[in-house]
Amino acid sequence: MDVLYFAWVRERIGLPKEKVETTATNVRDLVAELSARGPRYAAAFADLSALRVALDQDLSDFDAPLEGVREVAFFPPMTGG
Amino acid sequence: MRIAVQKDAFDLGEESQRFASDVATSGVNAGALVTFTGVVRGSEKGDMVAMEIEHYPGMTERAIETITQEAQQRWSLADALVIHRHGRLVPGEQIMMVATAARHRSDAFEAAEYLMDYLKSRAPFWKKEMTQDGTGNWVEAKDSDEEALTRWD
Repeated sequence: MDVLYFAWVRERIGLPKEKVETTATNVRDLVAELSARGPRYAAAFADLSALRVALDQDLSDFDAPLEGVREVAFFPPMTGG
Repeated sequence: MRIAVQKDAFDLGEESQRFASDVATSGVNAGALVTFTGVVRGSEKGDMVAMEIEHYPGMTERAIETITQEAQQRWSLADALVIHRHGRLVPGEQIMMVATAARHRSDAFEAAEYLMDYLKSRAPFWKKEMTQDGTGNWVEAKDSDEEALTRWD
C-alpha cells in the first residue's frame, strides 16, 4: 500500500510517500511496524494523540481495519481556513 | 456549488460578482448572499515573513465537497462557493473565501460559519509560519477549533 506523510510527520520521517508491504490488519499494528523501522519513525509516531489518519482519503481512526485499503496517510490535526 | 483548491491568487470582486450572477440566473429565489474572506495574518511577534500551506491533493477536494454538500442540504442553500489556496503566501494575502446563497440571511450566515468551522479542522491543510531566518513553525490546531464543531451537532 501507499503510505503518505504530511506536515511535521513528513519532515520527521524525511519523505512524503512510500510503498509499504505489510501484514498489519489495522492502523495501530501498521504504526507499530513503522515505528520499529528506526528513530525517525519512532519520533514521528511517539504520540498518537497528536496524529490523525486517513484511509483512502477519508478520515479514520487507529483501530480501523486495513483490509482493502490502498492509501494510508498520517498527519497532524488540520489547520485550514 | 463550486470548489477550487489552487496556488494562484483569486480576485475577490470577480469571484463575488460571478457567484451573485450565477445565483441570479439559476432561477432560485435567493434573497441573501454572504461572502467570507480569510487573510494571512502576521505573527504576534511580527517575525513571520510568509505562511506555507501544505495540503493533501485529492483528499482536500473530497473533504471540501463533503462539507459543502452537508451545508447545502442543512440550510437549503441556493448555491455555495469555496476557494482555498495553498503554497507560499505573505501576510495580507487572501488565503481563502466562502460564499453562500440562501432565501434568508440567517441561513446564509450560519452556513458560511459552518463551512469555516469545518474547513478549519476537517479539510487537510497545514500551515507553517516561516520566519526571517528561514526557520518555520507548524501552526498547532487549537482545542477551541475542535470545540467549535460541537455547536453544529
